[in-house]
Amino acid sequence: MTTTETPDTLHRILDYSARADPYPLYAELRETPVALQEDGSYVISTYRELMGILHDPHLSSDVRNLSRPMPAAGGRATPSFINIDPPEHDRMRRLAMRHFGPPHTPGLVNSMRPDLTATVSSLIDDFAGKQQIDIVDDFAYPFPVTVICHLLGVPRGDEAQFHVWVNAIIDSLDYNPKTDPKEKLDNGLQAGKDLHQYLGGLLEPRHDRPGDDLLSRLATDDGPDGRMTDEEIISTANLLLIAGHETTVNLITNGMLTLLRHPQVLQRLRDEPDLVVPLVEELLRYEPPVHMIPWRAAYSDITVGDTVIPKGSQIMLMLASGSRDPDRFDDPDRFDPDRQDNQHLGFGSGIHLCFGGPMARLETQIALNELVRRLDNPRLVADPPPYRPSPVLRGPIHLHIEQS
Amino acid sequence: MSSADTLQAFKRDGRIVVVGASLAGLRAAEALRGEGFTGSLTMIGDELGEPYDRPPLSKQVLTGWVSAGDTALPRRRDIDAEWLLGVPADGLDLATNRVHLADDREVPFDRVLISTGVRARPWFVETEAALDGVFVVRTREDADGLQRAVAAGPSRVLVIGAGFTGSEIASICRERDIPVTVAELGPAPLVGALGAMIGEVAADMQRAHGVDLRCDVKVTRLEGDAQGRFRRAHFSDGSTLDADVAVVALGGIRNTEWLRDSGLAAGVWGIACDTGCRALDLNGLITDDIFVAGDVARCPNPIYEYRLISLEHWANAVEQAEVAAHNMVSAQADRWPHLSIPTFWSIQFGVNIKSVGVPTFADEVVVTQGSVPDHRFVAAYGYQGRVTAAVSFNNAKWLDHYRQLIETAAPFPPPCPTPDEPADAKPVPVDFPGPTLLAQGATVVVTGHDPSERRVTSVRQNRRR
Ligand SMILES: Cc1cc2nc3c(=O)[nH]c(=O)nc-3n(C[C@H](O)[C@H](O)[C@H](O)COP(=O)(O)OP(=O)(O)OC[C@H]3O[C@@H](n4cnc5c(N)ncnc54)[C@H](O)[C@@H]3O)c2cc1C
Repeated sequence: MTTTETPDTLHRILDYSARADPYPLYAELRETPVALQEDGSYVISTYRELMGILHDPHLSSDVRNLSRPMPAAGGRATPSFINIDPPEHDRMRRLAMRHFGPPHTPGLVNSMRPDLTATVSSLIDDFAGKQQIDIVDDFAYPFPVTVICHLLGVPRGDEAQFHVWVNAIIDSLDYNPKTDPKEKLDNGLQAGKDLHQYLGGLLEPRHDRPGDDLLSRLATDDGPDGRMTDEEIISTANLLLIAGHETTVNLITNGMLTLLRHPQVLQRLRDEPDLVVPLVEELLRYEPPVHMIPWRAAYSDITVGDTVIPKGSQIMLMLASGSRDPDRFDDPDRFDPDRQDNQHLGFGSGIHLCFGGPMARLETQIALNELVRRLDNPRLVADPPPYRPSPVLRGPIHLHIEQS
Repeated sequence: MSSADTLQAFKRDGRIVVVGASLAGLRAAEALRGEGFTGSLTMIGDELGEPYDRPPLSKQVLTGWVSAGDTALPRRRDIDAEWLLGVPADGLDLATNRVHLADDREVPFDRVLISTGVRARPWFVETEAALDGVFVVRTREDADGLQRAVAAGPSRVLVIGAGFTGSEIASICRERDIPVTVAELGPAPLVGALGAMIGEVAADMQRAHGVDLRCDVKVTRLEGDAQGRFRRAHFSDGSTLDADVAVVALGGIRNTEWLRDSGLAAGVWGIACDTGCRALDLNGLITDDIFVAGDVARCPNPIYEYRLISLEHWANAVEQAEVAAHNMVSAQADRWPHLSIPTFWSIQFGVNIKSVGVPTFADEVVVTQGSVPDHRFVAAYGYQGRVTAAVSFNNAKWLDHYRQLIETAAPFPPPCPTPDEPADAKPVPVDFPGPTLLAQGATVVVTGHDPSERRVTSVRQNRRR
C-alpha cells in the first residue's frame, strides 16, 4: 500500500511549519494506515493498526534489530528499558517498578500529593506582581523537574547544567541525516556521555551512604530478580530524568493552552475540580506530549492488516494520529472532557506503556486545578504560541499569558 | 399488529423471568433495563441474599482479605425486579410458558432466561461428605466455612482435585504457611484445562512452594472420628494421610436436572443454544422465547468448528448475559451473535495465569515467548495447523496478539521468532487426559459428535402436548 503522496505527508509533519497544528496532516496520513516510505521505513497512523502492533511481540524496541542502522545508534551506553526487548526489558522494568509502584511500593505516587501541591502553590505565589507569565518557564518546566530531581536524588542546583544536556539529547532524537547538520547529532551524543558520567558520579557514593532517594534504593536493593548493575541504574535514571523533563512539561502546557482555547471548559473546571481526572485523560488523547515513536524495528516479518512489514524495517508509530482516528473516537477533533471509553494512546500501550504515567497524571491534575483556581481571568498573549522544534515531543516552548 | 408493534408492546409490558440469580442473571437483568425493557422482571434464585461474585471465594476470601459477605456484585443500575429467592425452580413448561417452583408456585412468562450455572461436584459418599471439616467451594457459605477452618490453623489441609479452584486453595494455604497435600487423579495439576506440558509447570510450581503434591492417585475414603470430624484420607495406592480439613475441588455439575421434562436439549454438558443464546429443544429446533447464559450454556462457536462449548468463565457469563438480554428484546434483524473468544484468569503461587481461546481444542502446544523455568512465558495451542488458544504465565500483556492469531486462524506453530523466544521451542502433543477426567476438572468442555461412539437415538417430542 504505497502512494506517492504519503512520503510528503510525513515530511510535512516533520517540518517545523506544521508544529502548531499537525492534525490535518495526520488525517491525510491515516488514509494509508500502514504507509511504506521512500527510505524503506513504515509509518503506522490508525488506531486499530497501532494497537495491534503495540501488542505484537515481533515489534522490537531495540534499534540494533534494524537492518539500516539508526544514525545515533553508535556511542550509546547501556540502553534504558524503553529501548530493549523482553526478557531483559521486563526484568529491568520490574526492578525499577519495585521502588515506584505496586505491588512493592503501592501508594508512592499518591503519597507525593501534599508535596506536589506545595510545589505548585509556591510557583504560583511567585507569579505575584508579574505583568506577563510564561506558563512554561515560570511553571510547567520547574514543577516536574523539581519533582523528578527530588525523587531521584539529583541536586536541584545542578539543573542549569543538565538542562543543556537533556535539551541536546532530545534535540537529536529526531535527527534526520538528510536535513540536519551533523553537529546536532554530535551534540546529542556528547550530551548523552556527559549526563551518563554525571549520574555515575551521583550514584557512586550512594552504595556506601544511601539516602532515601530512588538512586540509593536502586543501588542497595536486592529483590527476587537480583540487583541492577551500576550501568543499568544509570540508564534507568537517565530515562526517568529525561522523561521527567520533557513530557509532563508539555502535557501541562498543552493543557493550559487547551483550556484557554476552551473558556467554558476552563470555567467548568474551576467550579468542579473533580472534572480534572477525565479532563487530563482527554488531554492525553487530544493534545498529547508524545506524538510519535520514531524508532521501532520489525524483529521478524510483521503482518499489519494486509501489509507485511519485512524484518529489519524501521517502524514509526504515530500515536497522536491514532488518538484522533475517527474510526475509534466519535468526533475526534473535539475536546470533550466528558468523553466515555477514552482509551487513548497518550501513554502508548502494551509492555512499554509509560512507566511514569501515574505520576504525570497526578502532576498535571494538580497543576491544572491550581492554575485555574488561582489565575484571575487569564488570557493568551499569542495563539498559536511558539513551539519547540521537536515533532516527537511536541509542545509550546513558551506560553505567555496575562491576567487581570 | 405489526411485528414492530408487538415488540414495542412486549418491551413495554412483557413479562421476563430469569432463573438463576447470580452473575449472568444479574448482568442480563441490568442489560434488559438498559435496553429499555419496562415490563415485569422476576429473578428466581435458590440462594438467599443478593447476587455475589465467585472468583474471590477461592482467592481473597480465603486469605481473609475480603470477607465472604463483602463479595456482592456491584450494581450497574436499578433493575426494579421482583426477587423470588431461596427457592429453586423445578420445572419449565414450554406449552404454557410457566416456571414451576419447588414450593409449588407457578411463574408465568413471555420470555425466560436460564442462568442456573453449575454447582460443586460433591464428594461421592454422602456420609463422608457430611463430615465436619469437609468442604466444597462454590457458594459464599462454602467459602466462609472454609475460611474459618483455615484460619483456625489446621495441622494439614487436603485438597482433592488440582484444577484451578483446588490449585488456588492450595496456594493460599501455603501463603498462610499451612501444610497442604494436593491429590490429583490425573498426571499433573491443571492438566484437564491446559494439557500435560503446562501441567508439569504447574506441578513444579506447587512443589517449589512446599505443596505435598500427589498425582495419578485417587482418594478413596474420607475417615472421621467419633465426633464426626474429618481426620484421615485413604488413597488408591494404599497410603493414608492425616489432615483436619479436606477440600473437594472436583469441578462442577451443571444445574440442568430441573429441565429434565422440559423438552429442552439440556444434559450433563449444559443447555444447548445457538450463537444468539436461544435454547435448542431436544430435536435441535431453536426456541423463540427461551434464552440461556453463563456456565450452564453450551454455545457453538465458528472458530471451534461450531462445536458446542460450555465454559466456566466469568467473562463469558457477562458477555452471554448481555447478548441474551439484547436478543430477548430485539427484532430478528437486530439480534447479536455471541462469538467472542473466551478468556480466563487465575492467580496461584504468585503467578498470574491467563488464557485466550479454548486450550482443550488443540492437538499441539508450543512455548512461544519467555522462559518456562522462570514461570514467565506464553504458550500457543494449535489444532491441525492453526492457532486456537494461548496461555500466559506472568506475561498477560501479549494475549491480545494471540487473540488476533486465533481470530485469523494464523498458522501453528507461529512461524516468526520473537526477541524472547526460547531457543528450543518445539511443539509437543498437548496430551489431555480422557473425557471422564476432563469433565471433572476442566473449565471448558468442547462437545460434539464423537464418531467412535456409534449411538444416536431419535427422540421425537411434540411440544404441543
Ligand atoms: C471458587 C470459584 C472461583 C472462580 N474463579 C474464576 C476465575 O478466576 N476466573 C474466571 O473466569 N472464572 C472463575 N470462576 C467461574 C465464575 O465464577 C463463573 O463462570 C460464574 O460464576 C458463572 O456465572 P453464572 O451466573 O453462569 O452461574 P453461577 O454463578 O453458578 O450462578 C447460578 C445461580 O443459579 C442458582 N440456581 C441453580 N439451579 C437453580 C434452580 N433450579 N432454580 C433457581 N436457582 C438455581 C445457583 O444457586 C446460582 O446462584 C470461579 C468460580 C468459582 C466457584
